[in-house]
Amino acid sequence: MNDPISPQPEISRLRWRCRRGMRELDVLLERWLDRRWQKASVSERACFERLLAFEDDQLWDWLTGRERPEDADLQEFVERLSRGQRR
Amino acid sequence: MSQSYQIEKHEYDVVVVGAGGAGLRATMGLAATGLNTACVTKVFPTRSHTVAAQGGMSAALGNMGEDDWRWHMYDTIKGSDWLGDQDAIEYMCREAIPSVIELEHFGVPFSRTEDGKIYQRPFGGMTTRYGEGTAQRTCAVFIEYFALDLIMDDDGVCRGVLTWDLATGKLHLFRAHAVILATGGYGRAYLSATSAHTCTGDGNGMVLRAGLALQDMEFVQFHPTGVFGAGCLITEGVRGEGGYLTNSDGERFMERYAPNAKDLASRDVVSRSMTVEIREGRGVGPEKDHIYLNLQHLGPEVINERLPGIAETARIFAGVDVSKEPIPVLPTVHYNMGGIPTNYHGEVVTSRDGDPDSIVGGLYAIGEAACVSVHGANRLGSNSLLDLIVFGRAVARRCGAKLKPNQSHSSLPDSIVDDLVGDFDQIRHAKGSNATAGIRDKMQRVMQDDAAVFRTEETLKQGVQKITDVNKLFDDIGVSDHSMIWNSDLVETLELRNLLGNAVTTMVSAENRKESRGAHAHEDHPDRDDKNWMKHSLIWMDKDGKTRIGSRPVHMVTLSDEVEVVPPKKRTY
Ligand SMILES: Cc1cc2nc3c(=O)[nH]c(=O)nc-3n(C[C@H](O)[C@H](O)[C@H](O)COP(=O)(O)OP(=O)(O)OC[C@H]3O[C@@H](n4cnc5c(N)ncnc54)[C@H](O)[C@@H]3O)c2cc1C
Repeated sequence: MNDPISPQPEISRLRWRCRRGMRELDVLLERWLDRRWQKASVSERACFERLLAFEDDQLWDWLTGRERPEDADLQEFVERLSRGQRR
Repeated sequence: MSQSYQIEKHEYDVVVVGAGGAGLRATMGLAATGLNTACVTKVFPTRSHTVAAQGGMSAALGNMGEDDWRWHMYDTIKGSDWLGDQDAIEYMCREAIPSVIELEHFGVPFSRTEDGKIYQRPFGGMTTRYGEGTAQRTCAVFIEYFALDLIMDDDGVCRGVLTWDLATGKLHLFRAHAVILATGGYGRAYLSATSAHTCTGDGNGMVLRAGLALQDMEFVQFHPTGVFGAGCLITEGVRGEGGYLTNSDGERFMERYAPNAKDLASRDVVSRSMTVEIREGRGVGPEKDHIYLNLQHLGPEVINERLPGIAETARIFAGVDVSKEPIPVLPTVHYNMGGIPTNYHGEVVTSRDGDPDSIVGGLYAIGEAACVSVHGANRLGSNSLLDLIVFGRAVARRCGAKLKPNQSHSSLPDSIVDDLVGDFDQIRHAKGSNATAGIRDKMQRVMQDDAAVFRTEETLKQGVQKITDVNKLFDDIGVSDHSMIWNSDLVETLELRNLLGNAVTTMVSAENRKESRGAHAHEDHPDRDDKNWMKHSLIWMDKDGKTRIGSRPVHMVTLSDEVEVVPPKKRTY
């Protein structure tokens, strides 16, 4: 059978990779993908992709400020991602 | 139908579906038996939900006196409100220590105290990471493969599992003499859950579609303090350190419900009290639909030193500065006691031809997906991780004893796989008017309203009607993306199909049980009724969403004469 490619395979793949082992990370990562991805710059998108490759506990330590990524771009990105949200 | 799809075929002795704590433990054990084993998982192993569990394992481990397993057994039976199978509970408590020691021999490091006792320590993430490494060295691990359905032959024996490789878009058929479901819980059926988004009860859904029953689905454990809106867990420790709950009048209402224990009353009491406050119009927020958790008075020192991570969680997910404002919280689904009925070897059982313990050939279940049942009507705090490692090990041993490596696979009629692929294809091309996200949202709201901690005849009846209606919406679902590669719309639709099976069976089982036991608190039947209800609920669901209810007796036997059956007593704390 023909296997048509998804209209947005990239965003679909990223959406799946936002599936983590902790709800906290699911919420933060999916929120960025839904709200920011479309308008994000090439370098921001690259940052997001890099972030997704790290382990959950590493991400959580960064997002809660217990540790900081060495890379300056990642550091800035993580800070923006973890900015509080009032409902 | 299957001719229009290319299906890659694999043959293994055993296939494990799921790579959380339970699945990885089983996979490691199977590799050691020499059975040719594959493990398939829809997300990366280290992203499985087990990673979220940072508590310890059961207390009995911290302190290994000779008789401790008996105390642990007693606590677990009492915790289960006498719905747990006592043979399985004895097995779990006895095998706890050997299971940990065996993990150490596999190389999983456990800290020890000076006198050599095993120290309780954060556990979830570590085992998963270790297990992943071992599994990948010794077995075939198929990552980002989504299991669609079980291959059941005409005799009702499981012969394998059909999966979809999300990255390449190919279907893969795994033939196996044993399929082990380790697919986790179904927190996502509710609006507010502490579990990750991948907890969609896929194994339970597959079992229902295979024509088999689920057990004790009405027993859902709530954690009193999930962050309102996000679900993220605020630990019990906050109340332990002096945090307290208030309603819209600013009242510390727990003093009314539990004059002695107050905010430290058990999880079910606190959750239920919060829910009553909200139902009686004393919730906080514009919709009066949640409660405040106050820790402003504790001061930054206690908060930062004794409650690490809480300030951050509150800031990130509620936008709240905990030193100045309360955290908005809501009782939130935390654990599913119900699931796929098994015996203590992990073999799936069902009630048929007068035998309540009839074994389903070729099919096994472990972990949160299974209902062994060691947790009965209520799981104790740290028993689920113990459940994973004990029964992950048990199932591997059982397969090792029952199966010989590299036996050939008998042929199967094409129609079995054809039908399953046909179902898949139909959903993939569904052109109905209901979007997946819309149905999921409706389902989650119905479950949160009517299958949560507050249950009456009336609300449950309503709930059954409402969830039945929501389930029907799936018949007219529309999937916009028909591709095979990275089609997240289609995956989520397939997950929704599984979630709906879990949701309907939970609601119907809850409506059916006319007593209060453990996590099932029924306002119109406030007492436990051992005479009529000391039995497991079984529930089947057919293609049209029609359910059928049955039961199995609770096992009131022990495995050995070293311990006696604990007869039912009133559960008071
Ligand atoms: C915040 C939080 C804290 C907790 N703390 C504790 C604690 O302190 N102590 C304790 O004992 N318990 C705790 N628990 C409970 C415990 O984490 C879970 O019960 C346990 O992790 C379940 O493990 P599992 O292996 O059964 O399933 P999971 O870890 O959920 O793994 C399921 C696996 O199945 C795979 N899968 C699912 N569906 C499919 C499919 N269709 N196809 C292919 N693969 C599939 C997934 O990829 C995953 O690998 C906690 C839970 C939460 C949410």
